[in-house]
Amino acid sequence: MILELRGVHRTHGTGETAVHALRGVDLAVAAGELVAVMGPSGSGKSTLLNLAGGLDSPTRGEVVVEGETLGRLNRRELARLRRRHVGYVFQDLNLLASLTAAENVALPLELDGMAVRKARRLAAAALDEVGLGDLGPRFPDEMSGGQQQRVAIARALVGDRRLVLADEPTGALDSQTGEAVLRLLRARVDAGAAGVLVTHEARHAAWADRVVFLRDGVVVDSSGPLDEPEHLLGAPA
Amino acid sequence: MSIRHGLLALLERGPMYGYQLRAAFEESTGATWPLNIGQVYTTLSRLERDGLVRPLPENDGGQRPYELTDLGHAEIAVWFATPISRTDRPRDELAIKLALALTTPGVDVRAVVQTQRTATMRTLQELTRLKSRSDKPADLSWRLILDAMVFQAEAEVRWLDHCEASLVRHRPDPAPASAPAPTHEDAPTEAHR
Repeated sequence: MILELRGVHRTHGTGETAVHALRGVDLAVAAGELVAVMGPSGSGKSTLLNLAGGLDSPTRGEVVVEGETLGRLNRRELARLRRRHVGYVFQDLNLLASLTAAENVALPLELDGMAVRKARRLAAAALDEVGLGDLGPRFPDEMSGGQQQRVAIARALVGDRRLVLADEPTGALDSQTGEAVLRLLRARVDAGAAGVLVTHEARHAAWADRVVFLRDGVVVDSSGPLDEPEHLLGAPA
Repeated sequence: MSIRHGLLALLERGPMYGYQLRAAFEESTGATWPLNIGQVYTTLSRLERDGLVRPLPENDGGQRPYELTDLGHAEIAVWFATPISRTDRPRDELAIKLALALTTPGVDVRAVVQTQRTATMRTLQELTRLKSRSDKPADLSWRLILDAMVFQAEAEVRWLDHCEASLVRHRPDPAPASAPAPTHEDAPTEAHR
């Protein structure tokens, strides 16, 4: 398992005003598996993603990434694990406007102490992977929304990230461009990463192997595909 | 849509015989609507009876192609120009089922919604999987048909989400005086479990 949440609770605040964002969630995501998390606003979707990525810690229970229990790591170790193993794609892209596409993608590797030349080489490969091989020298404001989103994905996938976390990664993109983003995510997972996709759109969640429904901080159901989708096409009349 | 209009549309491309029509029909519907050859011949003979197609002489292989008559050309032009009416579609069994669930004692409506949503989500995943296997430009008509099924399933999931949210907020009206007093397990109580 690349990601495991075991009996995870997350409560914001205390006493009368406490908000129970998650109330005992178990979730395991293996290599090669994409799990979508769906649920209404306030169901705990984003909290779950933040916990999985070590951006937040559980009130109770544990989060394990690549065999490391996050609660047992000190801040430096946690930051290192995040930089090396976890890729994030957020709705607001967080691209740095003063850096080119290639520099944005290489940034997490350089922060991790990787030699600039090597980081740039890996960044170029990641940009190739998302079909932007030629646009490395461009600045974000010289690119379309769809291209910027792909740069953000390249940054999430760069190097050897085995856990990809995406929060509404298709944002305000039109349906064709959004689908291209999901195909990229799917391809990376098929190549061996583990992915968690938070979305409120069923059509996007459908790219996952498993769809988990959250309601009021609890997993209420999950759905996986059957083996042979051809049965949907109907038997000969 | 009827097989009748499907065959007329295919014959608009030029004369074809039965097996060619069947193959072309399945190709253009992405095999989502398999036909047997008997249906093709029955439909062709009705179209001939109605003056929309006419048979041509048999070819060397003993196959008899059909071509559109002027009336047939006109019929297919009208078909393409006319929108599909919602009322021509079958009634929505799911909507009726949920409406009945709300008023049937002892039914957990939220469970009905959740069960259906999981099943529809699974269908959506399967359709997406089929779609992800084909991205050749030649597959466009096939992908568009899959997309139609994808958007319909998505709409159903959204409607089910909406139903669930409405159930959470739902407070039943007090029963009217003339109605028999609700007993221990009436449906609206179930609705906000």
